[in-house]
Amino acid sequence: MNSAPTTWRIARLVAAKDLRVEWHSRIATNQVLPFAAVTMVIFAFALDSDAVLQRVAPGLVWLATLFSVLVLVQRAFAVEAEDGALEATRVAGVDPRAIYLGKALALGLQLFVLEIVLLVAAVVLYAQSVPLEGALLLTATLISATCGLAAVGILYGGLTAGQSGRETLLPLLTLPAVAPVLIGATRATEAARGTAGAVVSDGWPWLGLLAVFAVAFGVGGALAFGPLIDE
Amino acid sequence: MTSTDSALAATPASPDESSRHGTGTKATRVLGVATIVSMGWLLVFGLGFSPADRDQEEAVRILYVHVPTIWVAYLGFAVTALCSGIYLFGKKKSLQLDRIAGASAEIAVAFVAVTLAVGAMWGRITWGVYWQWDARLTTTALLFVTYIGYLAVRRLGGSHEQRAKRSAVIGLIAVLEVPLVHWSVRLWRSLHQEATVLNPDDGVQIDGLMLFSLFVGVIAFTLLYAWLLLHRSRGMWMEDVLDDRGLDDALAARRAEAGGRPSPEPAGETS
Repeated sequence: MNSAPTTWRIARLVAAKDLRVEWHSRIATNQVLPFAAVTMVIFAFALDSDAVLQRVAPGLVWLATLFSVLVLVQRAFAVEAEDGALEATRVAGVDPRAIYLGKALALGLQLFVLEIVLLVAAVVLYAQSVPLEGALLLTATLISATCGLAAVGILYGGLTAGQSGRETLLPLLTLPAVAPVLIGATRATEAARGTAGAVVSDGWPWLGLLAVFAVAFGVGGALAFGPLIDE
Repeated sequence: MTSTDSALAATPASPDESSRHGTGTKATRVLGVATIVSMGWLLVFGLGFSPADRDQEEAVRILYVHVPTIWVAYLGFAVTALCSGIYLFGKKKSLQLDRIAGASAEIAVAFVAVTLAVGAMWGRITWGVYWQWDARLTTTALLFVTYIGYLAVRRLGGSHEQRAKRSAVIGLIAVLEVPLVHWSVRLWRSLHQEATVLNPDDGVQIDGLMLFSLFVGVIAFTLLYAWLLLHRSRGMWMEDVLDDRGLDDALAARRAEAGGRPSPEPAGETS
């Protein structure tokens, strides 16, 4: 009966712990955010055309997010692996589902802030604007895409944590898995801001995809996380 | 480790076992001959008897490899998922299931590589380009990368049981992943030639001899898959046995060494 509330309570504690560690280390703000920003700048170098940049800006925002997910996931588990904290938490009998949900929640919150910064960067650097009628779609897209990315990131991050070759294995596993998020979130963002004649109503099927993705990987990840990190 | 594994690893191999070099048995030899015969059959029908297509002309012959390899690859991935599921949820945790899952995924990945390679050739001739960002092509490419990831997870190290559990979970997650990828790229774009043989809307429209050649291809590649699966899963079993024996030998050698000369180091190390 009370296992669900306990799971949530532990998840919140884990999330708060992760966010506190991140806040004190300042790595997310001092390294990951600048990394994402410089990615946005070098996209402009590569594409070298204002018109092209304006057209592909939503995709670039999500691509920069995807790269940052890889960095943030490595961070989320580097914190745990340094002194065997993940094993200690498991030995202490903490429900792996709660660890998973908590870490995903913390990652999701960091990602959400990062996405806002990247959107602002796109407005400034790539001359983007979002019409008012697209704001709701954009917000919903941000939330559901973030949930999906966090769910996949923590799942594969937990698997590769502490393994040799994790830096290379994580992108190999994560990028194909989050391809639907990249496609869906980009198309929905284009619809929200009316890129290339898209209208807001074009975005709702994509939002559906993002929501299903987030739920599927959220549930699948919570179930799979325990067996994956068990020694 | 399963009971059969430990029995085989611990006891000296039976005369039959010791005289056997490699992974072949009578069954695989029969299967191997059948594979060669059916491949020859496919060559004769695919390159000889089967007519050229009205639109695709001679390029249609590529499809006698392209279509069977992807079908058998799907079969291979299904076997991987099935064995992963049985391993994870079944009562008896047999490592044999894990090895079949791994071997099947390896073969299926190789078959998808063949599908993609010959498909690119066919596309160059028929469409004028090697690659199209079409739903089925894109899904197949992502499927390919997903299972390369699965194979990488299998090589992460740790005990055999750890490997089995981890890869079983990833094998099942891949099943979750592929439909989502397919849904997203289908929403994105679709122009691949509609499936002709398994099209539920209308009856089979292709020439009888072409269909027969395709059928021969499916049989030939299925036999090849089965033959490779038997050999590869046995090869994996041997690798596991070798691993265990190597560890046992190292332990025994270390014990003999420690027993030979009394030394204070081990106690010092643990403190």
